[in-house]
Amino acid sequence: MKALILSYLRSDPKAARVVPATGYTAHLTLFAAGAMAFLAVFALALSLAAGRLADRWAGELARSTTLRISAPADQMTTQVDRALAVLQQTPGVATARALSLEEQAALLSPWFGAGVDLSGLPVPRLIEIRETETGYDAAGLRLRLAAEVPGAILDDHGRWRRPLVEAADSLRRLGFFSMALIFGALAAMVTLAANAALAANAQIIEVLRLIGATDVYIARAFVRRFTLRGLGGAAVGTVLGIGGVMLLPEASAEGGLLTGLGFRGIGWFLPAIIPVLAATVAFGATSFAARQTLKELA
Amino acid sequence: MIEFDKVAYSYGGGELLSDISVRLAPGSFHFLTGPSGAGKTTLLKLCHGDLSPTAGHVRAFDMDLTALGRDDMAMMRRRFGVVNQDCRFLDHLSVAENVSLPLTVAGHDASQMSGDLKELLEWVGLTDRAGALPPELSGGERQRAALARAVIMSPDVILADEPTGNVDWEMSQRLLHLLVELNRMGKMVLIASHDLQLIRAAKSQVQARVLRIAGRKLQLAGADL
Ligand SMILES: Nc1ncnc2c1ncn2[C@@H]1O[C@H](COP(=O)(O)OP(=O)(O)OP(=O)(O)O)[C@@H](O)[C@H]1O
Ligand SMILES: [Mg+2]
Repeated sequence: MKALILSYLRSDPKAARVVPATGYTAHLTLFAAGAMAFLAVFALALSLAAGRLADRWAGELARSTTLRISAPADQMTTQVDRALAVLQQTPGVATARALSLEEQAALLSPWFGAGVDLSGLPVPRLIEIRETETGYDAAGLRLRLAAEVPGAILDDHGRWRRPLVEAADSLRRLGFFSMALIFGALAAMVTLAANAALAANAQIIEVLRLIGATDVYIARAFVRRFTLRGLGGAAVGTVLGIGGVMLLPEASAEGGLLTGLGFRGIGWFLPAIIPVLAATVAFGATSFAARQTLKELA
Repeated sequence: MIEFDKVAYSYGGGELLSDISVRLAPGSFHFLTGPSGAGKTTLLKLCHGDLSPTAGHVRAFDMDLTALGRDDMAMMRRRFGVVNQDCRFLDHLSVAENVSLPLTVAGHDASQMSGDLKELLEWVGLTDRAGALPPELSGGERQRAALARAVIMSPDVILADEPTGNVDWEMSQRLLHLLVELNRMGKMVLIASHDLQLIRAAKSQVQARVLRIAGRKLQLAGADL
């Protein structure tokens, strides 16, 4: 496909001159490609930002639950074991692991300084719970724990993020769907413009046929033009779109999606595929339109 | 070289041409006459596949034109030089570019053939108008440009529909002479024309036969012409 496009673009520009330049369909195509590329940049930025957010929140969600067990020192081990056994039988719990004393000490070090020795202190033991995608039923788990492990407190303060993760995932899908729609709309517009150009040049096509031009030769003049217009218009639209994204406020930790709309690192080069995609779409749409029209004019 | 085998044609109403069988040999020179509306233009269009017969077969270069695919048809057209009655051009290209368009389309480097182009434009008297656009030409100039375009590829068959309809006697002699010269080089020539003077002039230069469409049939016209 790419080689085919390149061969069309490289083909004799004199051959392309057999079709007169049509000022106004040309400008419409350029504008449509530019506008669609501009929108596509935002759709892409939205998808990527939503994706990052979903990943981050999902990560936090996975690490969001701890089970705290406070028990007299002699019952501690049995209660921890029993809690682990309960957790292992609970649907929706991926893993459950008791933190070692060293790990707990590391968690407390901001408050007590490094090297604190917890072995003599009555600190509660912590069990880290990782959820599966579907998650567990917190109310049910609490009931079982209350019955079997009296010293256990389920701390699931992070779980409120679950619907947000789902929302961010939907937003990401919506962004990609929008991109597909944008390119679909571009294909439709280019097809219409190409059809208009072909119809307007029916006489020229007739003359070219008379002197022995093949369909490929005739189509090439149109395809070349619309592909270049798609590429050019989309390049301008993409640059403007990236400019627009750059003008958005800086990402901040709290702002979430609103301020996180942008690209990261080499992600800034990702919109470069938009003009290429637009050119491919224009190429395909014009080839299709030309093939249809030339068949009908035969 | 061009063969009609029981060809009939109708534009949808009654048959305009029916049961026409004729063979035009390579290197022959023919005139096609008949009253206006008899179907001369139609017959020429059948010759180069612009129209397909409603019955029968048209063969050119031993190939059935109706059976050809579109690409093969395009290649076939390059062996025909056609002057249509309405002489259409690409109006945004100059006369010189239009005349050399068959070369461009066939992938030849037109700039390498600029000598031929100049000579041809000179012959049809369009050297001064080479840079003009087709809409700026007179009717006769258009016909001359169309003839030049038809012969630039040195095609095997030249089909001309009233090529001298709009030019003065002197110019029509000049154009005829060009066609006669091409015929001497072995090209087949078929000219639709009402112009009896032109036909007589041609007959004095080459062995030309006259075909006449009358009553939907094609006949060989008498020696009185
Ligand atoms: N596209 C068409 N659709 C319907 N009828 C047509 C069409 N073209 C030509 N005709 C009719 O067919 C008949 C023959 O037309 P044609 O052009 O072949 O005649 P002709 O012999 O070339 O006439 P002239 O000497 O005036 O050029 C005419 O009656 C014409 O009206
Ligand atoms: Mg006619």
